[in-house]
Amino acid sequence: MTMTTLMTPATVSTVPGLTAPTPTPLSETKTLTMGKAINEGLRQAMLDDPKVVLLGEDIGALGGVFRVTSDLLAQFGARRVIDTPLAESAIIGTAVGLAYRGYRPVCEIQFDGFIFPGFDQIVSQVAKFHYRTQGAVRMPITIRVPFGGGIGAAEHHSESPEAYFTHTSGLRVIAVSNAQDAYSLIRQAIASDDPVLYFEPKRRYHVKGEVVPELGAPMDQAVVVCPGTDVTLLAYGALLSTARDAALAALDEGVSIEVIDLRSLSPVDYAVVEASVRKTGRLVVTHEAAQSGGLGGEIIATVTERCFSYLESAPVRVTGFDVPYPPAKLESHHLPDLDRILDGVDRVMGRR
Amino acid sequence: MIDFSSQPVQLLSLGGERIPACEFDPWVEDLDGPALLALYRDMVVVRRIDTEATALQRQGELGLWPPLLGQEAAQVGSARSLRSDDFIFPSYRENAVAYCRGVNLTDIVKVWRGNAQSGWDPYTVNMATPAIIIGAQTLHATGWALGAQRDEVDSVAITYFGDGATSQGDVNEAMVFAASFQAPVVFFCQNNQWAISEPVGVQAHRNIADRAPGFGIPSLRIDGNDVIAVMAATRIALDRARTGGGPTFIEAVTYRMGPHTTADDPTRYRDPAELAEWKTRDPLLRLHRLLTTLGEITPDSEAATQALADDAAAELRAGCIGMPDPEPLSVFDHVYVTPNATLERQRTDYAGYLTSFGGAGQSGLEQNGKA
Repeated sequence: MTMTTLMTPATVSTVPGLTAPTPTPLSETKTLTMGKAINEGLRQAMLDDPKVVLLGEDIGALGGVFRVTSDLLAQFGARRVIDTPLAESAIIGTAVGLAYRGYRPVCEIQFDGFIFPGFDQIVSQVAKFHYRTQGAVRMPITIRVPFGGGIGAAEHHSESPEAYFTHTSGLRVIAVSNAQDAYSLIRQAIASDDPVLYFEPKRRYHVKGEVVPELGAPMDQAVVVCPGTDVTLLAYGALLSTARDAALAALDEGVSIEVIDLRSLSPVDYAVVEASVRKTGRLVVTHEAAQSGGLGGEIIATVTERCFSYLESAPVRVTGFDVPYPPAKLESHHLPDLDRILDGVDRVMGRR
Repeated sequence: MIDFSSQPVQLLSLGGERIPACEFDPWVEDLDGPALLALYRDMVVVRRIDTEATALQRQGELGLWPPLLGQEAAQVGSARSLRSDDFIFPSYRENAVAYCRGVNLTDIVKVWRGNAQSGWDPYTVNMATPAIIIGAQTLHATGWALGAQRDEVDSVAITYFGDGATSQGDVNEAMVFAASFQAPVVFFCQNNQWAISEPVGVQAHRNIADRAPGFGIPSLRIDGNDVIAVMAATRIALDRARTGGGPTFIEAVTYRMGPHTTADDPTRYRDPAELAEWKTRDPLLRLHRLLTTLGEITPDSEAATQALADDAAAELRAGCIGMPDPEPLSVFDHVYVTPNATLERQRTDYAGYLTSFGGAGQSGLEQNGKA
């Protein structure tokens, strides 16, 4: 990973009528929403490297449908904050060409379910160029994807497509769960010389947290967010908060849960996961994405291969069902919640 | 109704006569006898390379080869119009473009021998390696052009694709983006009449060049077997892109004389009369006639041309056959730029597996490789 040198920003507003604020980069600890934390991370990355450009639909004057790119057009101008025509394959495909020319594009896919028109360019081009050219051509592209459900949205606005990308070699996949990681990992993702899928749990955009303007731990490290001794509970994205709640609730019943925020979905930080499972002997993995062919199955298979003799019980998956994402009035039955996670914990504890 | 009535621009007749056209002539007035002879030699050499590569495939030295037979003028004329700082995003048939760009002949066949997924470092010749997914590269060219625009340089991206590719979403999206941002990119479509077995009428009910204006992109429909017309059109498009005029679409009307690839059998779907008709429009034949008129064709010049072609074929054959197989563990190389623990573990495990066959870790796979 290379961090480029600090550059003086070009503060040009090319949009008439928009008053350019004079934003300064985050320089001290502040309480920010997760959405604003990503915004600050993008701003810092653009200040750090003039080759960072943003592409996406409605990311300019509007600041994105979730306002994550607010004010960046005013600060950096239309040459670096590019409102694109509505074509996801072209957003990714032109990012490939920009990367070819030495740029470091950051693409915003408006919603998880809109990524599929761009799927071919991601899987067949972005992921493979470095391998195809035997290292000659790098694809330092970050693809930001608001993902997951729980906001009562229409079809295609609540999906969790991460496993399609973790199955694709050549990509790095991360999912953030809190404001601090959102800030630190977007900067790391942009600075990475490998392409990164950066999943943002949209139902956490407005949750506030303290943000220190630092890069923090490398993005491919998992983090133990809540130590415990009886059960290892793996989560990422929006479910991290639910997992922490589950740990608190279980403590009341005398069960000590170790919650791990995976952060990196590809590669998975098995060193941290294995160390935890060797200690607890029990594993629960939770994600919103469907179960079959999902990340939980892969992680459990790997942990079983490597830690078989340490396991006290069969690992358990608490996931979305193998159904298309359901209508809003049914989504609470699909999404793992506190009780379903605790039910999974009961199963690995042999309590039911 | 399929309307293919409008005639493509032609500056060189089948009989080898220069056809004047006032809006095109200024762009090719530098093409004197020696310049035309140089283009002719390129075309002879790339045809020879093509024939040799097909032979290498038939002899089992290449897994596959996509012949360009018949498309020499379209490729040589456009490639020789470019500046070295322009960047080419080809499909998989632009072997003549690669030759003109100075790509090592052995590197051109590396992909088709199965030794690598691409044969050269794109940055050494400013030409991307073959794109297999139909039309995907048009977006890359457009993105590269957006970068050139931001860098405030007058370099241009050119992308090659076929008539079949014009049906792909990516090509249409590339035209939308290129028009929207007035990107300095040239869309060079070789309409060779066939997308494997599908005739161009399956892709388009009007001339393909007619589509571009709907995107806000000016287009030129030219005789793609006329190297002078190809050069004029490409130079016009490049000049427009360099001077801020945005993208241009060129439909070079040509013909795929051979199969789609060496795995194809066009006798199953193509009328032999059509092939015979197109043979009369051979791009080399008419240029040879013009050169004869100009007095450039002499026994000496013919011998020199033949020697160039023979040397290229010999170099290609030797380079192809002499290419070493890749090392077994290189299967793991360059997946990522940065270290990846999961992949490192697989590499280590596989290296151990190979070593378990005894020897230095190579012998087991050498046997596998020969199997």
